[in-house]
Amino acid sequence: MTRDEKSRIPEILRKHEPELLKDWVQRQLAAAGGRPGQLSEAALREEASRFLSALREAVVGGQFRDIAGPAWSGVREVLGEISRDRAQHGFSPTETAMFVFSFKEALFARLRRELAADADALADETWAATTLLDRLGLYTIEIHQKSREEVIGRQQQEMLELSTPVVELWQGVLGLPLIGTLDSARTQIVMESLLQRIVETGATIAVIDITGVPTVDTLVAQHLLKTVAAARLMGADCIISGIRPQIAQTIVHLGVDLQNVITKATLADAFAIALQRTGFAVQRLPHRA
Amino acid sequence: MGILRTEKLAVDSADDIVRVRQVVRAWAIERRFSLVDQTKLVTAASELARNMLLYAGGGTVELESLEEQGRHGLRLTFEDHGPGIADIGLAMKDGYTTGSGLGLGLGGAKRLVNEFDIQSRPGVGTSIRIARWR
Repeated sequence: MTRDEKSRIPEILRKHEPELLKDWVQRQLAAAGGRPGQLSEAALREEASRFLSALREAVVGGQFRDIAGPAWSGVREVLGEISRDRAQHGFSPTETAMFVFSFKEALFARLRRELAADADALADETWAATTLLDRLGLYTIEIHQKSREEVIGRQQQEMLELSTPVVELWQGVLGLPLIGTLDSARTQIVMESLLQRIVETGATIAVIDITGVPTVDTLVAQHLLKTVAAARLMGADCIISGIRPQIAQTIVHLGVDLQNVITKATLADAFAIALQRTGFAVQRLPHRA
Repeated sequence: MGILRTEKLAVDSADDIVRVRQVVRAWAIERRFSLVDQTKLVTAASELARNMLLYAGGGTVELESLEEQGRHGLRLTFEDHGPGIADIGLAMKDGYTTGSGLGLGLGGAKRLVNEFDIQSRPGVGTSIRIARWR
């Protein structure tokens, strides 16, 4: 199959580009008929036209089999942009790849018309075109996948930062509401930001609330104990709140010793203790009752 | 005793431990375990999965949903091909660890479940089987 050099596809693409474009766009619109509104006709026409002109240039000098080569850089760029754009707009990998695959129908129809007299040539050209478009279609899936992975990676990073706010509950009282899984990376950030805030605010009490932590195993317990010990070295006492009944029983069975730590069932209880220790009292105003 | 369903999970990274906890919790909820029982089993699974990752570089967890004379239970088998445990009695002792943890995971996991069986051969690997009944 070294017909690439003699292939008539470059010539056909060059001669019939406008008709191919029109035919292809019409077929895509008809196929998407059931779900309108995903992509406007103008946007689709624009993408299709950019792909076609890049393809027309690439097939002139390029080997069909080598879409990673320099001759195909224009096509790769256009497809990369389209795939990333579609991935961001929630298109599935299939929908993204169909953009390229759907060109087959239009191209094959044109090949049939042009090569009607030469059955051998028609078969060869169809084969060459189908392998080429398959490769390009798979390339769009690859790019689609990669850009989804980039999004997930970014979200994970954002979660790390989002999930560890240290808040000032009262003068000298810090609150640290923990939510989700306490793995080592996150705990490190939590501990650092708590100690940093203790320095900044001169707080003497920090309430660590674990209501949002579903599992407290020995590693989580160890992380908590270390945080409490480090805070104590800096002159702040910690109260751990949000110990639910099932967590309490589990901690007892595990044999984790939390006797040197003040623990409370709810954040409200912990806050009351913190106020008391810092010399404040909450009182209901008599005339408001 | 009937085995209603099985599933096998690989543990090769810290993310997999989170996944083990999630799957075990989902199964325990489906078997209508109480919140306390769910938490105990999930915590035991978390300890044993982390041990595999830390000391054997990874392994597998097999979940089995059991039914015996109207009782429902979950059985988890943790298997690794790590260095094995030379002295199981010592490893089970609270406060003993060759790593940097609290040394409570193995003994703690045993206290959190109804059945606990550990087999280990140095140089071959370790297999721990736990079960909790509703």
